[in-house]
Amino acid sequence: MDPNPNPKKPKAIKSCPFPDEVLERVLSLIDSHHDRSSVSLVCKNWYNAERWTRRHVFIGNCYSVSPQIVAARFPRIRSVTLKGKPRFSDFNLVPEDWGADVQSWLTVFSTVYPFLEELRLKRMVVTDQSLEFLALNFCGFKALSLLSCDGFSTDGLKAIATHCKNLRELDIQENGIDDLGGHWLSCFPESLTSLEILNFASLNSEVSFDALEKLVSRCKSLRVLKVNRNISLDQLQKLLLRCPQLTELGTGSFMQELISGPVTELKNMFSNCKNLVTLSGLWDATPLYLPVVYPACDSLTFLNLSYATLRSIELANLLSHCKNLRRLWLIDTVGDKGLEAVGSCCPLLEELRVFPADPFDQEIFLGVTESGFMSVSRGCPKLRYVLYFCRQMTNAAVATIARNCPDFTHFRLCIMNPGQPDYLTKEPMDEAFGAIVKTCTKLQRLAISGLLTDRTFEYIGKYAKNLETLSVAFAGSSDLGMEYVLKGCPKLRKLEIRDCPFGNAALLSGLTKYESMRSLWMSACNVTMDACRVLAKERPRLNVEVMRDEDGSDDSQAHKVYVYRTVVGPRKDAPPFVLTL
Amino acid sequence: MDHNKSTLNLFNNIDLATELRLGLPGSDDHTEIKKSLSGNKRSSSEMGSSTCTQENESTFSPPTKEQVVGWPPVRSYRKNIIQAKKPEAEMGSGMFVKVSMDGAPYLRKMDLKMYKSYEELMKGLQEMFKCIIGLYSEREGYNGSQHVPTYEDKDGDWMLVGDVPWEMFVNSCKRLRIMKSCEARGLGV
Repeated sequence: MDPNPNPKKPKAIKSCPFPDEVLERVLSLIDSHHDRSSVSLVCKNWYNAERWTRRHVFIGNCYSVSPQIVAARFPRIRSVTLKGKPRFSDFNLVPEDWGADVQSWLTVFSTVYPFLEELRLKRMVVTDQSLEFLALNFCGFKALSLLSCDGFSTDGLKAIATHCKNLRELDIQENGIDDLGGHWLSCFPESLTSLEILNFASLNSEVSFDALEKLVSRCKSLRVLKVNRNISLDQLQKLLLRCPQLTELGTGSFMQELISGPVTELKNMFSNCKNLVTLSGLWDATPLYLPVVYPACDSLTFLNLSYATLRSIELANLLSHCKNLRRLWLIDTVGDKGLEAVGSCCPLLEELRVFPADPFDQEIFLGVTESGFMSVSRGCPKLRYVLYFCRQMTNAAVATIARNCPDFTHFRLCIMNPGQPDYLTKEPMDEAFGAIVKTCTKLQRLAISGLLTDRTFEYIGKYAKNLETLSVAFAGSSDLGMEYVLKGCPKLRKLEIRDCPFGNAALLSGLTKYESMRSLWMSACNVTMDACRVLAKERPRLNVEVMRDEDGSDDSQAHKVYVYRTVVGPRKDAPPFVLTL
Repeated sequence: MDHNKSTLNLFNNIDLATELRLGLPGSDDHTEIKKSLSGNKRSSSEMGSSTCTQENESTFSPPTKEQVVGWPPVRSYRKNIIQAKKPEAEMGSGMFVKVSMDGAPYLRKMDLKMYKSYEELMKGLQEMFKCIIGLYSEREGYNGSQHVPTYEDKDGDWMLVGDVPWEMFVNSCKRLRIMKSCEARGLGV
């Protein structure tokens, strides 16, 4: 960029009226990576100041860029967030060995960012060797967060616990981990006192309680502790005695035959936790022990009951104490009655997620319905984020919900039987999602389900001007559906589609759009290899990857297509079943 | 990776229908889901969108009531928790536990949910096995009776029936065994 864009202006006025040091000082206060991206586009000075002051880099698709390029641009990174596999890998749609191995990143980082402190990985393959490499090569390493990753075992955690002398955070969530035992926890040396966040709720093996109790006692700054199911109520009581300063607690099993002391003692432990804002775990919670948490409920803003199969009464009793809740996760065993309680007790609620207790049994007619959702919408007008699994829904209900909660930013509705219409009118669910996109102008993320025609997509393309992520399954009538969305949603970044009748015309209608998006996923649609080749040829800055079907039938069809923008061309680690065109 | 494979095998064993393949398990179903989608495909190339909609409202048939890969979109981790809970849930709708009596040739099964208290349970056991169990006392257990009812709890320990509140017993009882009193010494009787 020309530092003096207007040659007629007197030279005395510089384009940057203050020294670089000041600019860097100011820019170092900016955290949001979106803002930083904008800053870097202003002019060359600002680009440079920004790159020198960036401490945290967020990479939404590990194949869109290489570690070398990242290292060249940002010399002073302390924290990296890296995401790998397409989201549908969470649901077994991506074969094993697809890629997204973190090691190649770690190898480069060990030379360029030896003082790396934080690593947050999502849907990456992480081996035990990589974890050991991490532990041994980054002496100041402080925080590791693994979500939906796979490829490692508890042996890898041993390495982290043993070698990371300044560990502040170990957050292990919902990974495909090979759980070989709980010995890793005993590997934390007695000299380690820096732990602030410890989350091993998703690990199955028992850890040494003695080691855990000692660890918790000596880590005076511990504020987040989420234990696994093996930790009993008695043990929890002992832990809470040591760390009443917790802000987030994930309990172990909440069912015990006989606790050693009176229930009031346990209840007192909870009243001592004056800073608790998040509560989770509560495995097997029953009316017997659930009341012990009541003293802590008033200050709770996030209650995660998605592993506690509560019924409506139990939930209602609990929620009557939780009037300050902002986020609530539930299992649908609470039923519509439970959701009525949500509506009446939690007026400040912003986020609700209702998970299915039994998603794979089609004979079950339990769970929640449109009625429960409506109750919540009436009582909780501030709702912005909803994930709702149900077995029946109506257009009218969703229209009501949209009217009651116009501030939705994330609306994810999963009617579990694919292609199911409005159960009262037998019509498609088009009007439901039409109502959502028309009323909720701030909508960023949408997941649709039920019987849907192209009309739904017409609505989305016409009204959802802030939409960034769209998930579609078993929907649509023709190519037009996908075309409406690609033409109409200017902010679209992620589009994932499965089992829809969208074909080549639809795919190619987005030719000029895909580079402005992070990625497109299409599986079990009507796309052919030829169309994919055309896309790949026309857009060299996209990687068009086709995953071959296992039985090798029908080679002209492209069964799974993953398209993403990249500055580094086709990836070199693609397995044999992935063809980059 | 071996440990990777074993993890996935674990998933597969728990839910055999979730194979890594497209479409539904079973080739017939596979063609059926293809048909319902290809019906749409035909319409899209030959007709306009409005006709398309009508056509497809009548021809679109949702997949048969079999499991579709990766649907509903529930993460593997949560799915495994659910599968693990399933046996408990089945027990929940009628709590059938095996009952054995020392000396009897066959095991029996009884539904704990049929009873509301220890008295009722004892009555049921006595009827089923034609034995006399006698009265329970907190200090002395079943002292004096020929038979002593014991149960295996969730931790795998063998306990004396009657020590804990009824609800707690029902929730933790995995199986029952009516022991001869001479053998029950170890339980502090």
